[in-house]
Amino acid sequence: MKSIAELEAIRKRAQEGVKLRSEKGGVRVVVGMATCGIAAGARPVMMAFVEEINKRELKNVVITQTGCIGACRLEPMVEVYQGEEKITYVKLTAEDARKIVAEHLVNGRVVKECTIGAYEK
Amino acid sequence: MAKEYLTEENFKKLDEVIEHHQHQQGALMPVLQEAQEIFGCLPIEVQQRISEGIQIPMSDIYGVVTFYSQFSLEPKGEYTISVCMGTACYVRGAKPIVEKIAEMLGIAPGETSADAKFSLVATRCIGACGLAPIMTVNENVYGRLVLEDIPEIVEKYQKEGS
Amino acid sequence: MDLYRSHVLVCGGTGCASSESGRIIDNFNELLIEHGLDKEVKIVKTGCFGLCEAGPVVVVYPEGAFYSMIKVSDVPTIVEEHLLKGRIVTDLLYKDHTTSETMNSIDEVGFYKKQRRVALRNCGVINPESIEEYIAFDGYQALGNVLTEMSPNQVIDIVKRSGLRGRGGGGFPTGTKWEFTQKAVGDLKYVACNADEGDPGAFMDRSVLEGDPHAIVEAMAIAGYAVGASKGFVYVRAEYPIAVKRLQIAIDQAKENGLLGEDIFGTGFNFDMEIRLGAGAFVCGEETALIASIEGKRGMPRVRPPFPAVKGIFDKPTLLNNVETFANIPQIILKGAEWFASIGTEKSKGTKVFALAGKINNTGLLEIPMGTTLREAIYDVGGGIPNGKAFKAVQTGGPSGGCIPAEYLDTPIDYDNLIALGSMMGSGGMIVLDEDNCMVDVARFFLDFTEEESCGKCTPCREGTKRMHELLDKIVDGKGTMDDVAKLETLAKTIKGASLCGLGQTAPNPVLSTLKYFRHEYEAHVLDHKCPAGVCSALLQYLVVPDLCKKCGICAAKCPVNCISGVKGKEVYLIDQDKCIKCGACMDACPFKAIKKG
Repeated sequence: MKSIAELEAIRKRAQEGVKLRSEKGGVRVVVGMATCGIAAGARPVMMAFVEEINKRELKNVVITQTGCIGACRLEPMVEVYQGEEKITYVKLTAEDARKIVAEHLVNGRVVKECTIGAYEK
Repeated sequence: MAKEYLTEENFKKLDEVIEHHQHQQGALMPVLQEAQEIFGCLPIEVQQRISEGIQIPMSDIYGVVTFYSQFSLEPKGEYTISVCMGTACYVRGAKPIVEKIAEMLGIAPGETSADAKFSLVATRCIGACGLAPIMTVNENVYGRLVLEDIPEIVEKYQKEGS
Repeated sequence: MDLYRSHVLVCGGTGCASSESGRIIDNFNELLIEHGLDKEVKIVKTGCFGLCEAGPVVVVYPEGAFYSMIKVSDVPTIVEEHLLKGRIVTDLLYKDHTTSETMNSIDEVGFYKKQRRVALRNCGVINPESIEEYIAFDGYQALGNVLTEMSPNQVIDIVKRSGLRGRGGGGFPTGTKWEFTQKAVGDLKYVACNADEGDPGAFMDRSVLEGDPHAIVEAMAIAGYAVGASKGFVYVRAEYPIAVKRLQIAIDQAKENGLLGEDIFGTGFNFDMEIRLGAGAFVCGEETALIASIEGKRGMPRVRPPFPAVKGIFDKPTLLNNVETFANIPQIILKGAEWFASIGTEKSKGTKVFALAGKINNTGLLEIPMGTTLREAIYDVGGGIPNGKAFKAVQTGGPSGGCIPAEYLDTPIDYDNLIALGSMMGSGGMIVLDEDNCMVDVARFFLDFTEEESCGKCTPCREGTKRMHELLDKIVDGKGTMDDVAKLETLAKTIKGASLCGLGQTAPNPVLSTLKYFRHEYEAHVLDHKCPAGVCSALLQYLVVPDLCKKCGICAAKCPVNCISGVKGKEVYLIDQDKCIKCGACMDACPFKAIKKG
């Protein structure tokens, strides 16, 4: 290694790989991954979140999974926690997931048409 | 027991090791360690070859071999049973365990059985104090031992290979 | 680097590896592929988490779920429930000994709450075989800063101002040692790391080498720059194969990345290092003996001065520090001397790693700020004594240390306080003893150790430890006199004053401290021919309790020397004390618990 810049480059790259273990707070994306969720297609939705968040190099976002949220007919369901606020998205596709990352996580605008409120109306 | 480990082939390997370390400062310890890997022990014949190879007097080599507990002049048994006698193991009852094994095998710690099957060693702390008391049989580890476990473990190895 | 939604950390330290953590990792990998999760979930083998009692340990992030005592057969459940469905497997979570509460997250576990991890910061967090993960957690940043922005004098100044003292036992100020070596005249100088961790029950150095080996590589390079050395040796005991392997991987990776070798960071600084193995001699932990061993000689200490800083390996000026001391260096450089000096007590700065073992619930490694009391370490972090037994003493400092009784539990731990109590910090072994341990027997255990490990060079140690051992044997056999106890004490003081090296000078400590705090136990052995803890077999008596005896005769049938007499169904049985060999077979055999030990 010939310079500090080289070390810094490796560090930046490597930090992406381990941020899961040190992050607290920030945004939590919780994907319902019980049998019902998986059957309804939660896995491609989650993978879309993972890919999109990584592509955009978003910091402070953790994707985690949970069991049955209790409304199987609305699966795949995803909850986005940010501070005190919680938004519940329902009946998502991989496409919706990408939109949520771009709109909600990056720009802070809730994707209204996918929320539980919009669907249940 | 026949000295079948003092083979032509093993000495050839030893010569390569000596060659490799020829110009290293303080080469004696690494050479002895690798030689013991090859032969299983360090009898006089092996020490002589090393003495000629790296130009260190036999008296010095013998002094070093007998100083360190990991070097052995005689071959070890097929199974080495090492019971940890570190403090954590000792206070959790390692002593009766060694005594039980010694009684079953008819040898004291530090000895090898007449049929060259077992060596019993009361070893220094191996640092797995969370599993105290602990013992190893070759590569296999037995932790959180109670005295009642011992007969079964020892009998298992007594049956093996006989 | 690939990205994953979840990381599964599996402890690969010696403790957990001994209980099959290797097979657990293989099993996880197989099942992830089977369930198609291998692109989402990453399995990482880490160094020691410290809570060895709960091993093998598995932590799943991002939740931080702390699974303990995991068996290979539990792996499918974790994969199917937690990783696939996102349901934490409550049954497998770690349970706190003191509260019996199930702990969801690693942050909630009481064992970790009072700890402050500096030397162990990466252990159990990173994959020790990956230089990238080390760099991600600010690795080699300190080396970069030192080489490009600081002069050797500035580096030494920071280490001096931090107040760091040698963690191997002596407690000598580290910065001063660096300064001595820097000022020594020599065409060639060496940096050496003492990883010959020989104290029974101490395994922090092994854990650092296994869990964060790059920290040692980085620190040694920094030290090399500061004192003007271009070559380093790490002397590791041969009993630590995993540590040796991981350290070698770290050295090779550092070389590949140009962090060792020539012209590091383009600054013209060269540094290279190699591992030398010990061969099972405790005395090689003493610095001059260690140097002799690296040179390929019998590991015998010599008189100092000249100190290694002036005349060390191959007669060149040598800086010798212990593993844990080095592990603190990169953090001190990055966070500053003031930060480090703000932790701890007036004369002992920073944190210290202790290996807690013996009669304690949470066996394991803990890193606590200097000045934490013994009580906090043993009860709050260690979780207290198992099976409702009473605390008797804590033995610190290995064979060089002493036993500290309950009345001093509120002593803040630092170098000077422990010495004042007749013990010492040593390398940080902390063995807890309960009411079932006999203090005379414990003293004898340590003498047995030092007698065998004495190198034989100087007479006080070679002959003295043997004579002390003989006197202790006499006392535990019930044949001792009060004259023997007095002799023991005189002998101990003489050996302490007259021995050549640290081994002999401290060998009497276990005897002196037990004589000081537990003299009544020695007196009980000598005057009453009793071992209060019921350990010393020569002083034990097995007695039949007449009221409980049902006259069944089972004990007599079991006795290997036929020393129990009585008439079946008619007469209470009686043990002939002269013939009894104290094997305990009768007590084990009695269905009515009518035989007692006393």
